[in-house]
Amino acid sequence: MELFVLGLSHKTAPIDVRERLAVPERELPKVLETLGEVPELAERMFFTTCNRAEVYGVAAGPLPQAVEAVRSSLERYRNLEPSALAGALYTHTAGEAARHVFRVAASLDSMVVGEPQILGQVKAAYTVARAQQATGIILSNLLEQAFHVAKRVRTETGIATAPVSIASVAVELARKIFGDLTGRTVLILGAGEMAELALRHLMDDGVRSILVANRSHERAVALAEQFHGKAVTFDTFHREMVEADIVISSTSAPHLILKKEEVQAIISERRHRPIFLIDIANPRDIDPGCNEVDNVYLYNIDDLQSVVASNLQERQREAERAEVIVDREVGVFQAWLRGLDVVPTIVSLRNRVEEIRTAELQKAMVRLGDLTAEQREAITSMTTAMINKILHQPMSELRRHAVHQDGHLYSTILRRLFGLEEKER
Amino acid sequence: MRIDEFFFYAALAGYLLGAFHYLLHVVTSNRRIGTVATAATLAGFAAHTVSHLCRVYALKRPPLTSPYESLSFLAWAIVLIYLAIELRYHNRIMGAFALPLAVLAGSAAAALPRRIAELAPTLQGVGLWSHVGLALFGNAAFALTFCAGLMYLMQERQLKSRHPGRLYFRLPALEFLDDIGFKSILFGFPLLTLALISGSLWAEQARGSFFTWRPREVWSVVSWLIYAGLLYARVSVGWRGRKAAILAILGFCLVLITFIGVKVVKSGQLM
Repeated sequence: MELFVLGLSHKTAPIDVRERLAVPERELPKVLETLGEVPELAERMFFTTCNRAEVYGVAAGPLPQAVEAVRSSLERYRNLEPSALAGALYTHTAGEAARHVFRVAASLDSMVVGEPQILGQVKAAYTVARAQQATGIILSNLLEQAFHVAKRVRTETGIATAPVSIASVAVELARKIFGDLTGRTVLILGAGEMAELALRHLMDDGVRSILVANRSHERAVALAEQFHGKAVTFDTFHREMVEADIVISSTSAPHLILKKEEVQAIISERRHRPIFLIDIANPRDIDPGCNEVDNVYLYNIDDLQSVVASNLQERQREAERAEVIVDREVGVFQAWLRGLDVVPTIVSLRNRVEEIRTAELQKAMVRLGDLTAEQREAITSMTTAMINKILHQPMSELRRHAVHQDGHLYSTILRRLFGLEEKER
Repeated sequence: MRIDEFFFYAALAGYLLGAFHYLLHVVTSNRRIGTVATAATLAGFAAHTVSHLCRVYALKRPPLTSPYESLSFLAWAIVLIYLAIELRYHNRIMGAFALPLAVLAGSAAAALPRRIAELAPTLQGVGLWSHVGLALFGNAAFALTFCAGLMYLMQERQLKSRHPGRLYFRLPALEFLDDIGFKSILFGFPLLTLALISGSLWAEQARGSFFTWRPREVWSVVSWLIYAGLLYARVSVGWRGRKAAILAILGFCLVLITFIGVKVVKSGQLM
């Protein structure tokens, strides 16, 4: 009963190879059915995202055969050449398999470390597998613990706090200036993909009041309609800045459209309420000196990009702290797994002793002849009590040692001493 | 050790533990550590409350007279207001600033004699106690303004630098800090005003004059003027943010001078 992971990811396979195993979500049950026909597999779960495809399995017999069987089953399912996945697949077993699953669920193995979607995807795949009764005690426990690890990583490290795209960095900055963004007003100067993306992010955060200004008024009107905003004339956008809290500027003007003195005048008209200026135009739209004005925060595209870069580093640092958590949890899981190893020994020892007891009891009853119901009852319960008392100590010792490295040793000795081997295997 | 002292030390230990974990919480962003910080602070606060009650029971008067009592009460009030903010806004970062202040006030109190002295008749009466209680509560509110101001300046620096570092992620939003700073002044200012009024009434009764130009009185009026100016500038021309934060920090420094410089140094003669 050994745990393993077989799969490929963005770290081992280019996109065209990953595509060969990628499966849409609705097809998951079918893949699981196919894997269910592999007799070497006791438990199974299939998990896929656009960056990875993995089988989490528990081998019924010897491990290498099980892995091989799963691989050929997958190849058959997708009609692949035997060489199609060569070099792209990795296999992890036992503790390393657990570590891999924990790292995947905690988003430590993701392309963008700390991205939040993956946990939901793992949960969905697990739900599908459970619905088909494809998982047993080992995978269920593994996945439940993986969810716990992911939660710990999320709450005990800052792995997901730093945003790592230009638009989300801009929104995060806005949040650090204004706090709650609901009820804030944003002014868009010019147009462009980046500006729209940032606007969408801001709207997700509750910004509802949107003003659009463009040299071409028709374009302003069109954009305003798209976002349920209001088009304003470009020549008077300075006046709108008294009300706008966030300004995203991306015009194609060849010169600065907003100077420091103008911003100074605007800010005192705003009664010093802060304003966040985002200049994503090239060449720049806003005088860099504006940042020196109190309560004005100016970021241009280079600033935003450097924040993205340092946030990525920050996530990396936090990821190292997360690995420590994963390490500890792998230890916990392995201890549990080892504890599981002795369960068959305990069961067969009990069965063996019970066999002897019933056989001997029967013999004795025949020899004793006529007995009252009470007398029979007394003898039966005496034999039961005896074996329970005798077995109690070795059983609890075995359970206690099971979680340690030398657990299997006790198990083996017990099997030898009571001759359990020949009967069970 | 008397029972109220025991609880006082227990409270101080709780605050120390709280301060340590709040700071650790800022560094590690570990929510569990934050929970420990809050729990330790709450426990310390409960012990502190018990300590005050024991003293009230023993003295048959509010524990607001000796320098030890004042500082201890100040620490208690700071923690009370801080905990109210934490519960209201679900943000623990300010604890890393407020709790060290409470520990400071508490340790200063611990260094002072705690014996229960007989009081001169002039130092008794509801007038004086309400004056001291109001002033201390007002000052505790300004301690929080001070924390918010400090945090504001740090966060503003992060944002203006355009290369926000780790602190940026941990500190709350500027507008939030500005709001807390403003609200805590709004809370503390009327208390300070009432304290000045009741203080001068008491002075008139005890000394025959409303205002006697003692340094303590002068400093109190100066800090009152700073906070009054701050409120006025905010309401009239919308002065906020950095300048307001700097003024709030300055104001609290004056409060400290009033408190330590005048009260504790001349601890032999109280007023």
